[in-house]
Amino acid sequence: MREQTVATWQGRVRLRVLSKGTGPAVIFFHGSWGLAWDPFLDDLARTFTVYAPEHPGTTPGAPDDVTHLDGLWDLVLCYDELLRALGLERPAFVGHSFGGMVACEMAAACPDRVGRLVLIDPLGFWRDADPIVNFMVLDPAQLRARIFRDPEAAAARHLVGAVDDPQEAIEARVRLMWAMGATGKFIWPIPDKGLTKRIHRVTAPTLLLWGKEDRLVPPVYADEFTRRIPGARVQTVGDAGHAPQLEQPQTVARMVRDFLAQ
Amino acid sequence: MKISAFHLMPHRELPADFERRYESVWVTPPWWEVADASRVGQYYNWTLDELIHAARAGFDGVCTNEHHQNAYGFMPSPNLMGSVLARATAGSNVAIVQMGATLPTSNPPIRVAEEYAMLDCISGGRLVAGLPLGSPMDVNLCYGITPMEHRERYREAFALTLKAWQAREIFAWNGRYYQLPTVNLWPRPIQQPHPPVWVPGSGSISTFDFAVDHDVCYCFLSYSGARSAKTMMDGYWQVVDKKGREANPYRAGFLQLVAVAESDAAAEGKYGRHVEYFYHKCLHVPAPYFSPPGNQDYRSLVATLSNPVRRPENPKELRYRDFVDKGYVIAGSPATVRDRLKEEVVKGLHVGNLMVLLQIGSMPHELTLENIDRFAREVLPALRGEWDDQGWVNHWWPERLRGAAPVPAAAGVAAGGA
Repeated sequence: MREQTVATWQGRVRLRVLSKGTGPAVIFFHGSWGLAWDPFLDDLARTFTVYAPEHPGTTPGAPDDVTHLDGLWDLVLCYDELLRALGLERPAFVGHSFGGMVACEMAAACPDRVGRLVLIDPLGFWRDADPIVNFMVLDPAQLRARIFRDPEAAAARHLVGAVDDPQEAIEARVRLMWAMGATGKFIWPIPDKGLTKRIHRVTAPTLLLWGKEDRLVPPVYADEFTRRIPGARVQTVGDAGHAPQLEQPQTVARMVRDFLAQ
Repeated sequence: MKISAFHLMPHRELPADFERRYESVWVTPPWWEVADASRVGQYYNWTLDELIHAARAGFDGVCTNEHHQNAYGFMPSPNLMGSVLARATAGSNVAIVQMGATLPTSNPPIRVAEEYAMLDCISGGRLVAGLPLGSPMDVNLCYGITPMEHRERYREAFALTLKAWQAREIFAWNGRYYQLPTVNLWPRPIQQPHPPVWVPGSGSISTFDFAVDHDVCYCFLSYSGARSAKTMMDGYWQVVDKKGREANPYRAGFLQLVAVAESDAAAEGKYGRHVEYFYHKCLHVPAPYFSPPGNQDYRSLVATLSNPVRRPENPKELRYRDFVDKGYVIAGSPATVRDRLKEEVVKGLHVGNLMVLLQIGSMPHELTLENIDRFAREVLPALRGEWDDQGWVNHWWPERLRGAAPVPAAAGVAAGGA
């Protein structure tokens, strides 16, 4: 695993990027619960160079950097600076949940920067008939039940800090709460910030992956993306909820790899 | 000292199984299932009548506050209530204590500065300007303000409000959250340079710093009584000391629930179920609502999660006697109430501006008037002289009301019916 920190936004917003592997570049944008290097990313790193930036504020030791950003436009420009600094030629974007929304916004704002686009259970739209629950004010058990098909699985318990060591549990809880606060800055109170006006600018070939049993962002939301991005395809992932790459890492890694290899 | 009557304007007739049947009393209480607009009209009028009654009975001030989508307190605009109170108490020495209109939920926030200036003009300079941060439920969950921006917005709006009241020149405000090209408030308040400012809080350390830095009165609006507030208020006084300000008790306000009867036993018979209604139903709120991610800054988040202040007990499991024993409510005979208020609240917390909640939960109108009368007659006179011997000046009270205690009107006369 490699690690580098890129200073953006006149040095005020430090973005730590974890990376691993060799091969074509893939940028992974994580969800609202913070970045954890997981088996899915490991799997991808066997054939790609995976770069995983931490969203502003979620890097340990730099919690307040996010306060220098006022909204999604600032965030997109920050990531534009990051891509420039990394010097990558049209990498693929893979984003999950909030990270899926960020990847799609980036692909709309800077269509020439992205090679291919994979959105895993992304946020970004709002349907009155299928409201997305405000996951930031759920208790830990409710949150797990919303994100995971099986809330008792190890990945689910780990996410909300249900670890045995009390000190580690506190640290995990702090990381989770702050990650939701820092990313929440860009989506509160409703995770629709006008993507519908900008999504027509996306030109990258796009794949949507959706957990069949997503109880946070119901699979019907895939339609919002496919009808606006020409040629976009949807694949659903069985036995998975809102985080299919955590519940079915091999399946999702294979789907991503097959699509990026096309 | 100064003693004011506080009111929450609660729903007084929630169903007996409310807290088992519904998720929350705040943000999501189901209006169509548990409320009726005509009946609610009656609650508003009772609330106004009770506060006017308190004003006539000899209280120094009357207090209203702002909440949204909340069945235990639904004055979304406290200034509508304050306006009625200002008019109904015309010519008196009673302060109109707005605790108050919430800056981050008012857009642009100079609306609060304008309305407070109106209230000060209508009342003849009797306004106390409460400028609360607002709760996460009201500001983040009901009014949609991003938790991480909540405090920053408040601080910007606070600075804007103070400037808007005082500026001699028309100015432009180019803020991070608010941009106004031509700020020129009409009207301006009577009180100069501006009405006294109170900042209510719930024990957050950053609010202590803010209150002392801005030389305002910090008010701890607690429903848990003085005993559990002691550590918190001691922390406030330490900040006051550390920042080199004098320990003037009028720098602090405290809200206490109070119920007075002929005797301690009579108090239980009269008030027991209303107190239990308050703690069992009115405070029925899911814990995560109090702390949406980002609402606390990182330092406070780490502190809170590392040292969770565990409530020693779940209020839903307590009964009337527990609430009284533990000091959540000070209830009993006039002598009991006097002694406990003096000992636990006034002296214990070093408080000069006392607020008492005398209408509690389901307490009906007539019983509320009785509680107000007993307090005004048999408790208030014994407390009023507290701190006088130390010669402190209450800089946080309307100047023209600082000396004179209000003269009670004929006792027992309720102000106009609904």
